[in-house]
Formats: sequence, C-alpha cells, structure tokens
Amino acid sequence: MTYQLICGAEIHVELKTKSKMFCGCQNDPFHAPKPNLYTCPVCLGLPGALPVPNQKAIEDTILLGLALHSQIAKVSKFDRKHYFYPDLPKGYQISQYDQPLCIGGYLDTSFGRVNLTRIHLEEDTAKLQHATVNGQSVSLIDFNRSSVPLMEIVTEPDIKSPEMAKEFLKGLRDIIRALGIADCDMEKGGMRLEANISLTKDGTLPHYKVEVKNINSFRFFANSLDYEFQRQSEILDKGEIPAQETRGYRSTSNLTVSQRTKEDAADYRYFPDPDIPPLIIDSAWVSTIQQRLRKLPNQIITDLVSAGITESAAKIILQDPDMLTFITQVKILDPKSVRTAGNDLANKKIDYHQITPEAYLEAKKSNVQNQISANSQLEPLVRQVLADNPELVAQYRAGKTGILGFFVGAVIKNTGGKADPRTVTELLKKNL
Amino acid sequence: MLLDKSILELLTGYKNKSIDPVDVINEAYGQIDKYSSKLNTLITVRDKQEVLDFLKTLDSSLPLYGLPYILKDSYATTELRTTCASKILDNYLSPYDATVHKKLKEAGAILIGKGNQDAWGHGASTENSDYGMGKNPWDPTRVVGGSSGGPAAAVATRMCAFAIGEDTGGSIRNPAAWNNISGLRVTYGRVSRYGCVAYASSMDTVGPFGKTAADLAIILKVIAGPDVYDGTSAPHEVPDYNLELTKTPNKLKIGIAPEMFGAGLDQEISNNAQDFASKLAELGHQLIDISLPVAEISDAAYYILAPSETSSNLGRYDGIRYGNTRDLFTQESMRRIMVGTYELSSGYYDAFYRKALKIRTLLIKTFQKAFEQCDVILLPENPIMPPKLGDLISDPLANMLADLYNTPVSLIGSPSLVIPSGFHKNGLPIGVQLVGKKFSESLLLGLGHQYQQVTEWHTRSPQL
Repeated sequence: MTYQLICGAEIHVELKTKSKMFCGCQNDPFHAPKPNLYTCPVCLGLPGALPVPNQKAIEDTILLGLALHSQIAKVSKFDRKHYFYPDLPKGYQISQYDQPLCIGGYLDTSFGRVNLTRIHLEEDTAKLQHATVNGQSVSLIDFNRSSVPLMEIVTEPDIKSPEMAKEFLKGLRDIIRALGIADCDMEKGGMRLEANISLTKDGTLPHYKVEVKNINSFRFFANSLDYEFQRQSEILDKGEIPAQETRGYRSTSNLTVSQRTKEDAADYRYFPDPDIPPLIIDSAWVSTIQQRLRKLPNQIITDLVSAGITESAAKIILQDPDMLTFITQVKILDPKSVRTAGNDLANKKIDYHQITPEAYLEAKKSNVQNQISANSQLEPLVRQVLADNPELVAQYRAGKTGILGFFVGAVIKNTGGKADPRTVTELLKKNL
Repeated sequence: MLLDKSILELLTGYKNKSIDPVDVINEAYGQIDKYSSKLNTLITVRDKQEVLDFLKTLDSSLPLYGLPYILKDSYATTELRTTCASKILDNYLSPYDATVHKKLKEAGAILIGKGNQDAWGHGASTENSDYGMGKNPWDPTRVVGGSSGGPAAAVATRMCAFAIGEDTGGSIRNPAAWNNISGLRVTYGRVSRYGCVAYASSMDTVGPFGKTAADLAIILKVIAGPDVYDGTSAPHEVPDYNLELTKTPNKLKIGIAPEMFGAGLDQEISNNAQDFASKLAELGHQLIDISLPVAEISDAAYYILAPSETSSNLGRYDGIRYGNTRDLFTQESMRRIMVGTYELSSGYYDAFYRKALKIRTLLIKTFQKAFEQCDVILLPENPIMPPKLGDLISDPLANMLADLYNTPVSLIGSPSLVIPSGFHKNGLPIGVQLVGKKFSESLLLGLGHQYQQVTEWHTRSPQL
C-alpha cells in the first residue's frame, strides 16, 4: 500500500530583543557568564510581580507576519497557559490562545506552498539542569532563559515530504535571519521544531496525528518524517490506526519514542491574562513596522545576481548579515567590483569583520594597478618558460592540457612567488 | 491621643514643632503592645529602634514625613516578611518593595508593621488567617471584617496614622465599615498593583484606610499614578485630592436604587443609609431614584471570576519554592482554588467564565446608564453586622452573600468610598458606600469630607 505523508510543523524561535518578554532583564541566555544572572521578581514569578509586554518583541513578531503574508490581528491578547513544571515559576506560561498576533500566511517552496495557521508570541521557560553536587543527583534551575520572548509559527498540514520540510524550514530560518529578529541557533535551542505527522491514502486528513518533539536540526526533522512514514505505514498496512500520541525524536538512534498518549493530555485552562490589557494594533502601527520589512532571501539573491554576483556566491552571502552589509556597500561604492567582491566574500578571501568596504576597494585597485605593470613584466617570463620547454609545449598543443599547471608553477617560481596564478594562466593560454 | 488627630494636624504639628513625631511613633507602639496580640491585628511588627533610627534620616519637608503606617501583609516589603497571612509564605522576605510601599517610603512615611488578613484575600472576616482570627476592636467576640481586617483595626485602635488595604471584592470597604473608619476602594488602575500579592488580578485594587476622607485624600495623592511595572495602571493625571476636597459642589445628584435595600439587609443598616441620604439632602444634594437590578448576578459573576483568577495566581505556590508545601492552604483557599480550576477547565470555560465576563459587561452598561442620571450612587456597605467569631466560617455561602453590595463595584472597576455613618443598637459601627464613575475619587472624597464636617461619627474610636 502506498501512502502520502501529511505533516504540519510547529516552530519555536527565541527573539533576540535586548530585554526579556515581560521584564527589563537582559535577554541573552546563551552568553550569560553564570546561571540566574539575568533575573528579577517578574521572570522569577515572585509574589506580587507583574508582567509588562515587550513592545519590540510584539513588533518583531508582526514583522515576520508581514514577511510571510499573514493577516495582522487588529486586536490581540495574551493568555495564561497553566501547567506544572519546575521550570515554570508562575505555574503558567504567558502565551496567546485564540487571538494570535498573526493569522494565516504562507511560504512557497519548489515543492509547493506551505500555508501558515498562525504566528504567536509567548515566553520561554527557565532551564532545568540535572547535575551531581557533592555526590547527590540534583535538579537545578537556571532562570536566565525564563521569560525570553519566544515566537511560535504553526503551519497547516501542507508538508508532503522530508525534502519539502527541509526547504521550508531553511527558507523560514533565512527569512527570520534576514529580518534580523532572531539568530535561530538550533544547537543552543534558539530554534526548536515539532512535527505533526500522519499518513493518508487519498489526500484527506486522517483522524489521528502523531506529534514528534525534541527535534533540533532540519536533518533530524526530515529523518523523523522518514521514520514515522515507515512506522505508520506498517501499522496502517496491518489495518490498524496509529495511536494519537506525542513522541520524542532520538537523534542517536534516529527513531521516535512514545512519550505521552491522548489520555493524559494536559488541560491548560487557558484564560485571558488579566495583568495585560488587550493589544489594539492599528494600521498606523503596522505601517511603521512595515518600514522595517527588509528584502526577503529570494529577492536578495535575485538582486545580487542581477548586480553581477554568481548565484552560488549570493547564497553564501545571504547566510551572513555582515557579508550582506559589506556587499551592499561595495555595490554603492563601486558597482563594477561587485562580482569580484562577491566571489572574494564567498571564498572567504575578505576579512569583512576587520576591513571596511572602502579599504577593500582601495586595496583591490592598487592590486589591479600592480598587475597591469606586472603583466608587462610577466609576459617575458612566460615566453621564457615556453621557450625553455619546447617538448612540453608540443605535448600541450597535442592535447595534454594538464601540462598547463607545470608552466604556471614554473612562471610563478621565476617571479619568486609574487605573481597571481590566474593572471599567469591567462598569459600562458594567450601564448600557447 | 496624638493619633486621634488628622494627618494634616499631625503634619502641621511636626512643621511648627508643636508635635514630635517620636511621640507619635511611641504612641503607636504603645497601642500595638497593648492590643495587637489580643486582637490579632498585626502579623509582623517592625523593630521600634529601627523605625526611630530611620526617622532621623528623613528630610522633614517630605509630604508624609514621619507618619507611621501599617500595610496589609499582601504587600511585598524588603523590611518585613510578606506572608499574605498564609504559612506557605511564613518565612518569605521579598527582595523588592511593592510600588505603593516604595512611594510611601519616598514620601517620608514609615512602615511599622504588617496587618492581619484572610489568607490570600480569601474572605471577608480575617478568620481565614494562619496567624489567628482577627478580632473586632469594638467587640472582640466578633469578626473584624476583611479581608483587610488587620490594617482597618490598626487605624481604629490608633496603632498608626493610616494604613494600606487591598480591595478585590470589598476587602477595604467591609472592614472600614465594621471598624468605624474611612476606606477607599480606588478606580481599577488608579494605584499600581506591583508588589501586591495577587488574589483576583482583574479586580485587585490598592487603597488607603484613614480616620477621615481628608486623610485618605492626602495618602491617595502620594500613592496614585501610572507605574511602568504595572501594565494595567492608568495614565490619568493625579489631581491634588487634598485641594479638591473643598471644591466639591453641594448640588450633586445622589442615586439610590430601591433594589439594593431589599431582602437580606439588616433593617437598622437600611435605616442608617436612609438617614445618611437625608443628611446629604440637608447639605443641598438631590436624591434620585435609580434602578440597579444587579445584586444576584454580580455575586454569581464575582464568585466565578475571582476563584478562576486566584486558582491561576496561586499556582506558583507549588511547594518547590518558598519552603512550604501546599497542604498549608486554608479550607477557604482550597475551596476557591478547586472551584476556579473547575471553572477554567476545558468544556466548562464557556459555561462559566465566558458567561461571567458577559455579566461583567452587562453590569458596566447598567452602571453607565445609572451614572447618566446621577453623580454618585449611595449603597449600604454590609447587609449584616459583624458575626460572632467562627459563626460563618463553616458557612461559605453566607459569607459570599455578605459581599452583595461590594461585588458589583469590583466588577465594574469603579471607585467607592466607605465612611462611618452611625451606630447599630448593639453598639457597633455602621458605614455607607459612595460609588462614583471611574476616576471620580476627588468627588467621592469631597462628598465624604462634606459629611464629616457636619457629623461626628468618624471621631469615635473603640473603648478598649
């Protein structure tokens, strides 16, 4: 029996705002020099403390919504989601239940469109650390991450294959990075993935779904789809229906393991957080945010290519906001040098953190001048090498083009290693 | 006693050196020593020497210079533990100060103790305290009222110049009336809630207790205003409530709703409210019949919303932090947590919580309509006189019904002033409630001040 994979994704992304979601504490859980440094009564959930939402985090979430063609809510609110866990000091997480900031939206992949259900904003939990102190196993809590702004992107069940999943997730990450709102560091947990997976025969949505958690790479996400496809196929082949459950992905063994079934699903007792007044999002505010909407990855690549950069170089540059800034400035300063600069960046030939685009172009210019004068000096050397090796020249002309490397090496050797190999190669070809 | 004097008299005395603030503080500690343990008025008392030392560091030009005050134990303070009258927080010392405390401190007032209350604000009697049932200074066999019973009794027994209570469903108003003092429930958002241990966040308000409306005006001016730490605090400008006291017109329209004087209301309390109305008429105000068909539905809505919110707010006392386990919750708190948890459960939210929100909207509209006809609404405060200690603790429903005149005001977020209005034949004090539109504190305090200029009920204190 053949089945079609149906997958929806839930993606959590930690925003890189200066302060946390509901207090003024520094938002930098990954670089904190020690645990429980960035804390206050609010993110520790102390008696009497009150949350005040971070406007920047709200704007960043709306920004992503605008980039992904979502509808921006006119009225939104925060709700309390209750559950018991030691890393949740208030006994509830402030999240958004039925009025998220962004509704709908989509991201296109080469395999088809992935529609979004919603994008909402919530707070991250603290972090538990299981350690041994004085020979005793203990659980420690680090509140540096408590109440860090966390964006959740939920998709419709539009993902049809592991390849499509990878392309979608990468595309989403690239957009978030391009907008400058999050680093999406998967290893540290700055971007966390969950998959809702089921199989269908006829394309209709079946009455069960399996949720897979603890996925921390795009490859693992794809792997979990492969594994679940196999596992669920076998169950369906037997005429049974896979259990509605939550499973965890184990990267070491590349399989998923049952964690929780439907029977003990939590009742979160959502209700509007009375400490936070509803958000009224008027069009003036949205327009202000819209002005921050930078170009999206596809557009950036197209622009770079049309400016003369190769597509492969453009893709590398896109991954690094600093490279992008560098090349943009080069484009303004000297459009003719964009192609070379693009290649140099992609090939890591420019220390773009140290050197300014102006200095780079200046150096390039003097290099070019050197080369021109060098050309006139190289030409005789090239001729000399060819004249010294008539047999090899004959072999080259007979088709043994691999000999070119020998000539290049010989010329460079004669210049004391100062000649540019590419220039030498060109000169040799001209003379051969 | 020096502490019989108004705040203005004390402050004037400090300025012209006719009164020494040290004497006032000594007097307050004298009262605390004599009565606090007997009446279970205070949970924690600050070291007197520490207070006197602190006094020496204060600039005498500060607006509340040297005034000793009591906070309800629901306010976070760095000087004294904050128990909220629950053993769960028995040893809890807050690392930060509640905004109200910070403001009072900065204005020169001095915290000398934390008042008893129903644990977590759950109750209207101060019987549900883990630090002993609060006793009424007018009759120690009866309840003091609550939940802010301790701070109210502290003002009545002159243990302080003023106190700060917290009113969710009547917790300032009820004990103000039963202790013959003045108490103000402020407009929701008027005073920052930051640092006030939450009971029902959408109705919790921070307000003052004092001997007179004029005293309340002086304190309110200091504690009111927006706070960056409270997203629900209102941006409205803070008027000089003290200056506005004398500007209140004497031709206000006073609304009286006959529905609010029906079954369940003690006849003497009813008569007292009518007498109060007549007095206002004598002062030149106009009495107007209004309709407020809200009594039954507002109690029902309140007892859905408040337990729901409290079940959420108390989730943090999960036994992992603060050193004590959950079995230390009182019966009343457990009841409210259970009820609230049930009401928020999936499948029941629409049947209870959402419906209660609709009632809340309906109440707001009903009161808006009433306020089109009048400036102030006169209501009785309590339908009954303070019960004997322990009489109602096992009758939660009767306790809830006692909130009849309080819950509608809590739900609509309006301010309400309670002032002494006479005595019952059993010798206990009665208070009335003046309810205004949002942010009409000036008007209410002015009207109360007018009444207190021509009456002397508020000058009486309990004979201990």
